[in-house]
Amino acid sequence: MDLERIRKDFPILKTRINGNDLIYLDNAATSQKPKSVINSLVDYYEKYNSNVHRGVHSLSVKATDEYEKSRSKVREFINAGRDEEIIYTRNASESLNIIAHSWGSRNINKGDDIFITPFEHHSNIVPWQELCKNNKANLKYIPLTESGDVDLDKFKSMIGTKTKLISVTHMSNVLGTLLPVKEIINLAKATPAITVIDACQSVPHMPVDVKDLDCDFLCFSGHKMLGPTGIGVLYGKFDILSEMPPFLFGGDMISEVTYEDAKWNDLPYKFEAGTPNIADAIGLGVACDYLKSIGMKDVWNHEVEIGEYIFNKFKSLDNFEILGEKSKEKRGGVVSFSHNKIHPHDIGSGLDRFGVAIRTGHHCAMPLVRSYGIVAASRASVYIYNTKEEIDIFIDRLLEVEEYFK
Amino acid sequence: MSDLSDFDDMYQEVIIDHYKNPRNSKKLSGNYDETKAHNPFCGDEIELQLMISDDGIIEQVSVTGRGCAISQSSGSLMSDSVYGKSIEEARNINLNIRSMLKDEELSDEDLDSLGDSYAIEGVKKFPVRIKCALLSWAALKDLIDKH
Repeated sequence: MDLERIRKDFPILKTRINGNDLIYLDNAATSQKPKSVINSLVDYYEKYNSNVHRGVHSLSVKATDEYEKSRSKVREFINAGRDEEIIYTRNASESLNIIAHSWGSRNINKGDDIFITPFEHHSNIVPWQELCKNNKANLKYIPLTESGDVDLDKFKSMIGTKTKLISVTHMSNVLGTLLPVKEIINLAKATPAITVIDACQSVPHMPVDVKDLDCDFLCFSGHKMLGPTGIGVLYGKFDILSEMPPFLFGGDMISEVTYEDAKWNDLPYKFEAGTPNIADAIGLGVACDYLKSIGMKDVWNHEVEIGEYIFNKFKSLDNFEILGEKSKEKRGGVVSFSHNKIHPHDIGSGLDRFGVAIRTGHHCAMPLVRSYGIVAASRASVYIYNTKEEIDIFIDRLLEVEEYFK
Repeated sequence: MSDLSDFDDMYQEVIIDHYKNPRNSKKLSGNYDETKAHNPFCGDEIELQLMISDDGIIEQVSVTGRGCAISQSSGSLMSDSVYGKSIEEARNINLNIRSMLKDEELSDEDLDSLGDSYAIEGVKKFPVRIKCALLSWAALKDLIDKH
């Protein structure tokens, strides 16, 4: 991996923050964008802006072609079987809500069980809480062992004919912990449950193959994987998506409308009512191209290496504690930490003055952060453009901030 | 390269002093009013106790809590600013603090009323932290509004 060349592709890395070079370590929140993605947006608006799936004129044909080509790129990126299984949404939250509304409201009945884990982001908790309230079902948590791993044996004893949906994050956005999603999906096969993977922190960072995972649904956001904001993906197995009613109604999602009734369009358009986010969908396709050109294995190896580098730096620091997974094999490039005295907001504000951007707070995972006996933590999360030199500066500055508040 | 001097706009010396050595942090005994203010988003907590005399004077104050330097120092500064003041004066100081953080014009008299709490003025340049600065003042409002 040519780190120097990669860094040149990201114009924002030349930005100065409070007089310092930007060191961007908030990638789990959103990633930066390479020039090629930014150019693709300008290109669309300057050269072929037009609506899709409608006109016969040249621009509309070109826009439709690029929009659908992007869908094929995303399909290839996660190794889905057919383009119809890739539905464009605004983000993973919307994708999860479509499953909860469109599949859940019809298939989850009184007394059914939905399982999630204690590691989830709010977006993979709240839709299921609401579904359970509305349909009188039970929201249950996959138990953990004392060392904080998913307790597969105990989980196996908890599932059965009442288990209807299991939704699990592939990698914790707070702890960087990889979850044994394949094992969970395999266990689910002994039940009627469908399986949902929140892949927001995995698809951007590692090879993900939906055929190999054999999950029923997989959700992720474009903006965390070098793509624009406002574009996300719902992957679903064709047969399941075909049975589901639309989530939103209107233009583009119909095949025929009379004054009294309407027939639904084919997949994936059934779930893409109204003019879609054409430019950003095209941009996401370009982001996939970029990541593919580096290779997802190399992306992952780089992040694990930098993650490990941060981890080892913290080991020698007094007063700081790392949250969660300690084993390198089960952890990506996300490190959350707390200080025994200084609040994360003070740490975050202090680092910001040095141009170092980290996330502070509850990381949209209040229950998980609270389970550590704290309400807020600081998090450094890396991507393809981060270097060990940046980590050295981050740690040096962190110690200066500590000194200031000591 | 800049250093933490820019930063001193927000974290002034007096703020760091109150953060490290909080004033009026001893719990009251006897007859007092009590309230808690909490920001679930960052976990800042302030516990405020006021002993108010029959003629409406804040005779004793206790502020405790946990959280960031801004929220905790602001609580300590607030306790000093309202100590011995009447409810009306405290209400006025509370309004003035809010005006100051909204960058509104204040008369010299209103500025003087703030005492050392004027030190949190620098927070107005950091909008995400204004909530931290106002947490203890929200607790104060809660208690004096009951009077």
